[in-house]
Amino acid sequence: MVNPQHRTFLSQAYILLVLLFLYAPIAVLIIFSFNNLRSTSVWGGFSFRWYKELLQDRQILSALYYTLTIAILSSIISAIAGTVAAIGIHRMHPLARRIILAINNVPVLNPDIVTGVSLMTLFTALRLRLGFTTLLLSHITFNIPYVVLCILPRLRQIPKEVTEAAMDLGATPTYVFFHVILPEIRSAIFTGFLIAFTLSVDDFVISFFTTGSGVNNLPIVVYSMARRGINPKINAVSTLLFITVFCLLMIINKRDANIQKLEV
Amino acid sequence: MRTRASRQTRNLLQYPYILWSTLFIVIPLALIIWYSFTQPVQTGGFQFSTSNYRRFFEPVYLRVMGRSLILAIEATLICLIVGYPAAMIIVRLGLRWRNTLLLLLVLPMWINFLLRTYSWMVLLGRQGVLNQFLEWIGLPPQSILYSRAAVLIGMVYNFLPFMILPLYTSLSRIGKEQIEAAEDLGANRFDVFRRIILPLSLPGILTGTTMVFMPAVSTFVISALLGGGQDMLIGNLIEQQFLSTGDWHFGSAVSILMMVIILISMAIVSVTDKGRSLEEGNLW
Repeated sequence: MVNPQHRTFLSQAYILLVLLFLYAPIAVLIIFSFNNLRSTSVWGGFSFRWYKELLQDRQILSALYYTLTIAILSSIISAIAGTVAAIGIHRMHPLARRIILAINNVPVLNPDIVTGVSLMTLFTALRLRLGFTTLLLSHITFNIPYVVLCILPRLRQIPKEVTEAAMDLGATPTYVFFHVILPEIRSAIFTGFLIAFTLSVDDFVISFFTTGSGVNNLPIVVYSMARRGINPKINAVSTLLFITVFCLLMIINKRDANIQKLEV
Repeated sequence: MRTRASRQTRNLLQYPYILWSTLFIVIPLALIIWYSFTQPVQTGGFQFSTSNYRRFFEPVYLRVMGRSLILAIEATLICLIVGYPAAMIIVRLGLRWRNTLLLLLVLPMWINFLLRTYSWMVLLGRQGVLNQFLEWIGLPPQSILYSRAAVLIGMVYNFLPFMILPLYTSLSRIGKEQIEAAEDLGANRFDVFRRIILPLSLPGILTGTTMVFMPAVSTFVISALLGGGQDMLIGNLIEQQFLSTGDWHFGSAVSILMMVIILISMAIVSVTDKGRSLEEGNLW
């Protein structure tokens, strides 16, 4: 039998190896984004060369513009629409609620590629030209379900008596919404908004199928560049995306979000 | 009066999303199903046909399917073999270390998978870091990028956390008392593992397996970037049909088949575990 001390050592070494496997590729990617040479394996000194080149790359700047515009618009719209949807769903007849929640889960569970091609088919059937509008509609479509799943658990925590009491005291439904319900779910809405924003910035597959006519987001540009081979500019974009998503995550995590993603 | 007013609001608030989700979730799926069961006819219309599905059973496409399934199964098995000991080690750690390690495992899941995949292009490329290293220690360079092995590495790398987290969840639920009781009754370490730990962690194994298998079987990015587009997977086939070949009918049929595979693997989990650990193992 292996003695306990050796076992601890082996366990630690094993975990270290797993972490190394998970982090080394990303670390290499980030390190070489600061390389002065074109190579992504030979170190030629520290420089911001590739970041400067990013600023001159029209394709990347336009992609950055679309990524941010789509992310901001889709997350704001999804947060508002998702709030209305969640309240609507909360008040539904139980059977209807189960059905709509099952539908709500479809974009969450379906492979992105199927969501992507099905939306592409829809837009074509509606004679919409693939581009900004269709990209925005797709992002709203896959964002709302997450917002709904963020808000619903909070709504369930509001005792029915509270809203009823407000009504009995003469509050209108609008008044009840703004003064009773909204304060309770405000933080859940904001969490939903942040998750929607993150998912939107991060999405490649669905965007890939639902955009067109020169409208590309950063992941799409990264993909088309990567298909042509290794390019230090991709390392630089990657590092920036990594930092953005990392910051967003820190914010979401700080807010101590309870996401119940797959409840039906 | 008041109750009627409130009831009316209730009815009003549910409609926008019913409408939206019908238009953007239900109808698109219905369209895909419709496409998969029709064929254009020369007169300009469409007619019902099962030929798209039958076409899938041609050897070329069966091979694509077989390759996808085998690669996804291999990736899942490697993740399980690598992930299980990792999850067991984490469960035994003290609270502080456990939480730090879990955070470290979750973090890579939030890095865009395109970037995670690209990072392996940097490592495995002809002039990549790995070959520089091999040269440095005096070994001949290897061409791993644009091969089946590279695709497999990419899958394991991308999806390993999806395996470890649910495994951790179910392993952490096993009470110390159960293990101690078995030891008191004279079971050795191997028996404890085989007869207590392994069966009790089965829900985690199943959840982890689906969570690795599902994205692995549906990916087209990993194979396009790391496989160099030589070995086509189901995902690549769908992409090709919709974006270059333009046969949406066949593409839709393949999409439906992919959905069925994924529904089956999800059903297996929800039957065994009633979906509970899936809920917990997700996102975080």
